[in-house]
Amino acid sequence: MTAQFMQGNTACAEGALVAGCRFFAGYPITPSSEIAEILSYRLPALGGKFIQMEDEIASLAAVIGASVGGMKAMTATSGPGFSLMQENIGYAAMTEIPCVIVNVQRTGPSTGLPTSPAQGDVMQSRWGTHGDHPIIVLSPSSVMETFRLTVTAFNFSEKYRTPVILLMDEVVAHMREKVDLPAPEQVEVVDRIQTNVPPEWYFPYEETASDVPPLVSFGQGFRYHITGLFHDVRGFPTERLDEIQPWLKRVFAKINNNLSDILMYEEEDTRGARTVVLAYGSTARSARHAVRLARARRHKAGFCKLLTIWPFPEEAVERLAHTAKRIVVPEMNLGQLALEVERVAGRHKVRRVNRADGEMITPQQILEAIEG
Amino acid sequence: MHTELREKHEIYDYLRHSKKFPVMWCAGCGIGIVLGAIIRAIDRMGLDRDRVAMVSGIGCTGRMPVYVDFNTMHTTHGRALAFATGLKLARPDMYVLVVMGDGDALAIGGNHFIHAARRNMDLTAIVVNNNIYGMTGGQYSPTTPLHMRATTAPYGNIEPPFPLCELAKAAGASFVARSTVYHATELDRLIEQAIARRGFSVVEAVSYCHTTYGRLNRLGAAVDMMRWLKENSVTLAQAEKMSPEERETKIVRGILLDREGPGYVDLYDEIIRQAKAAENG
Repeated sequence: MTAQFMQGNTACAEGALVAGCRFFAGYPITPSSEIAEILSYRLPALGGKFIQMEDEIASLAAVIGASVGGMKAMTATSGPGFSLMQENIGYAAMTEIPCVIVNVQRTGPSTGLPTSPAQGDVMQSRWGTHGDHPIIVLSPSSVMETFRLTVTAFNFSEKYRTPVILLMDEVVAHMREKVDLPAPEQVEVVDRIQTNVPPEWYFPYEETASDVPPLVSFGQGFRYHITGLFHDVRGFPTERLDEIQPWLKRVFAKINNNLSDILMYEEEDTRGARTVVLAYGSTARSARHAVRLARARRHKAGFCKLLTIWPFPEEAVERLAHTAKRIVVPEMNLGQLALEVERVAGRHKVRRVNRADGEMITPQQILEAIEG
Repeated sequence: MHTELREKHEIYDYLRHSKKFPVMWCAGCGIGIVLGAIIRAIDRMGLDRDRVAMVSGIGCTGRMPVYVDFNTMHTTHGRALAFATGLKLARPDMYVLVVMGDGDALAIGGNHFIHAARRNMDLTAIVVNNNIYGMTGGQYSPTTPLHMRATTAPYGNIEPPFPLCELAKAAGASFVARSTVYHATELDRLIEQAIARRGFSVVEAVSYCHTTYGRLNRLGAAVDMMRWLKENSVTLAQAEKMSPEERETKIVRGILLDREGPGYVDLYDEIIRQAKAAENG
């Protein structure tokens, strides 16, 4: 493919199509609406379907329904809509139905600053729905990364039968950059595991070696049950501890036993660094710049960018904290992922750089934290 | 007698015997009668059960799908129609039935209900209306009649109820019908027609909850409430001969709306055809 000048939201839509997304349901909300607009135009020609639902609750419900019907499906929203989706994020986690939820973060709480960036949904993306549940959250910092991580989000959701959240922010979504998208046939695309057993032997929630049971679409002769209640291996409701406990164990194991696949981060100059700046999303751009400025001033500074923020890459952070004297965590909120870094590295090692007023964190602010 | 036996066998054949019996509903509940009517309708139509999906929300009626041998999905409270919308669009070849209670369909799911009707989404919605939240212990619902008591309306209900069928008609459904759990065979005929119709079809199955609503309002046991449905419901033809005041007090049974026309799935298929043509030409 040739190089193009592209917006983050466009890259997200393109990534979804390359990943095999054929269903989108959504509700208009700034700053995510372009994703819906593009897919409403592109999907029908591919035999896919787009529908604008009556709210975000219905949007995610339709996405899950379509996924049960065998289509790779996605929705896109921002903070207020993301809050409404929490109910069905829990349903997708409980029923292990693959789906991708894009949250282009804007400044909150409530209506907040609809056109300004933020990273205030880090904790909501992890713990927004009620009850303990596994989840994967990815956060891109550039237009190209948005394309790549959208594909990865679909691949993870299919591979691990889990909802995956792509946590963008307004800057990444609306920024335009030069990108050179790979040809679709060069992109690795993963599809959900199918079964090779006859219907009477199929258990949609059975324990398997990979902890991820095969998922057969509705309408293929398997006629099983899906419920948001705790269920047994056949999908039927249960209150038996000997069925609830193995389920809990398995759904966490399917994520925790595959951290080497799921956890993605990039490091620059962290070896021997006295100070490491740990960032994600558009803030990672300021952070990288700040580290370069610091190194030009002969500070031993390093940079680590998280692409996977949940599950939290605690071993990587532990390693960084072992050698570095200080970890600087800039984020466009009043300290959310920093809580995790502090948990792993110890509070005394972490310096937070925060703002939640709708403005980006500047390299200068981060540089001050490195030098201060 | 012979027919009765055959029918019993048919229902048995459609149930899941592997785990989930006896049913969780109270003895005397009308929901099982609605389930029986759905099964008879599907059996008579000769539908391939691999192509039948039953989607529900939360509540007593929400537990219906687990017992039947279809593709079944018990979703979140009020959202069944939205889940079913996605499923239907992904699998337009499937018959997607959505079973809901009155609280599920009209309170928490009211928005989804009117928009599924407005879009004329190709779904069959069967609403079991028992005028109360049964599972949670008898709180008033959007169809609890005025002045009646509920555990959250100890002084009597002051909120006017939603007329479910009128709402569906006004919102854009293509087929709207009503019967009661006393009129079990009428109910299965209406459900059969609802499934056959393209677009959004609604069947209101008027039921009762003797355990909560009946007890709180001193309406007697299940048999008494069943008898009340028999004595206080009229056919459409009978209703037309009544004065408006008299009609108000009756449950009117029959097909209240039936309009031909394309549903959402047909219209979207046309969009796909156009988009593909534009892409190729």
